[in-house]
Amino acid sequence: MEFKKITSPLTDEKVRNLKAGDNILISGEIYTARDAAHKKLIELLEKGRPWPVNLRGQIIYYVGPTPAKPGQVIGSSGPTTSGRMDPYTPTMLKSGVKAVIGKGSRNQETRKAFQDYKGVYLAATGGAGALLAKTIKEAEVVAYPELGPEAVRRLVVEDFPATVINDIYGNDLYEEGRRRYAREK
Amino acid sequence: MRELDVKFISEAVVEMCKDSNYILGEDVIRAFQKGLEEEVSPVGKEVFKQLLENARIAREEEVPMCQDTGTAVIFVELGQEVLLVGGDFEEAVNAGVRQGYQEGFLRKSIVRDPLDRKNTGDNTPAIIHVKLVQGDQVRLVMAPKGGGSENMSTLKMLTPAQGVKGLENFVVETVRLAGSNPCPPIVVGIGLGGSFERVAYLAKKALLRPLGSPNPDTFYADLEDKLLEKINNTGIGPQGFGGRFTALAVHIEVFPCHIASLPAAVNINCHASRSVEKVL
Ligand code: SF4
Repeated sequence: MEFKKITSPLTDEKVRNLKAGDNILISGEIYTARDAAHKKLIELLEKGRPWPVNLRGQIIYYVGPTPAKPGQVIGSSGPTTSGRMDPYTPTMLKSGVKAVIGKGSRNQETRKAFQDYKGVYLAATGGAGALLAKTIKEAEVVAYPELGPEAVRRLVVEDFPATVINDIYGNDLYEEGRRRYAREK
Repeated sequence: MRELDVKFISEAVVEMCKDSNYILGEDVIRAFQKGLEEEVSPVGKEVFKQLLENARIAREEEVPMCQDTGTAVIFVELGQEVLLVGGDFEEAVNAGVRQGYQEGFLRKSIVRDPLDRKNTGDNTPAIIHVKLVQGDQVRLVMAPKGGGSENMSTLKMLTPAQGVKGLENFVVETVRLAGSNPCPPIVVGIGLGGSFERVAYLAKKALLRPLGSPNPDTFYADLEDKLLEKINNTGIGPQGFGGRFTALAVHIEVFPCHIASLPAAVNINCHASRSVEKVL
């Protein structure tokens, strides 16, 4: 299996190279946010207030890790279901976020937003939390500590494995993969 | 009567919370190896490679295989010749869950009220199913259940006229709609018959059977095979990336039912098909 290596933060140039179905390895910074953090970030935008962290060009990872054991950088850290973030994602992309990592399909509007704002949707292997945690070299809470596992964390990753689902060209791996391997009339 | 102090139940539950989240069963590992060998989609193959590596890290380093360490679902077969002493039985189970999730660095994922959404902070209460059986032993099975796959489960009161065809359509449609959300490759537990509440219980019980152990009734064993084939023909594949391994197994559990009804339930489990057993 061939892997494309990419480094964050992302630019239009880097995103243009990513196609649905590509296996990639991410290195650099990524930021965690799930339902509760998204809600807060969107509320700030609505009030015209700045975000506690600059997410321009950044990658957001939908994850709520387990508590870290002593000596661990972070606990098990696999992706959560992305569909719950659909109501927020177009606005996040519009505000400069370049990629999001989760698992499971996105709605029509969100898929279109990846095309409109030149962003990509990446999937990490759901349920591979122990493996993915190994690629996380640093983790610190940078906003909303009161949210516990849902707090916004800045992670530094090395060769974090992911698969491109939605690219800027309107392709969707979930649809195409299913079509390619289906054996139904 | 054999007396058993409930503190032994608590202690067993503490261990089971950790073991079930750290150690994936040999049956599931074997199914992954088969997937790695036989999956035709390259991205699908890569998923099996990662899942095997993930299971190895979790077991060797004693860390949870998945960050969703689940609702603590516990099945208890209580021998009718056992006299439980030393405290409240349910409280003893919950004390075990509380301690196990804390000590085991497991995520606490339970909210105290479905609408106000405040976390209970200790992953209690557990979902406890008790069945009285003969004998003087207590058999405990702990099966932590993740939200991603539980959310894709469905129950339907089919009509008797819909029969086996109706059941097949319902099952395949449920899997198709679930798509990539429940972290395929999945395990599909099907309950058939009983009543509205019993059929959901049967579907969950079906998930506890070791992968590769068919229903003892050949009619249902054949139906399990047929459904597995149909599900794998959808092309959803590992993680929904496309491929031939959408499900690792289909298990059906059956119970007699009312002349007017045909209850059917599909409980989807992810590849993190976790369960451990202890007999006291
Ligand atoms: S569906 Fe299962 S494997 Fe996927 S995140 Fe949830 S518990 Fe983990």
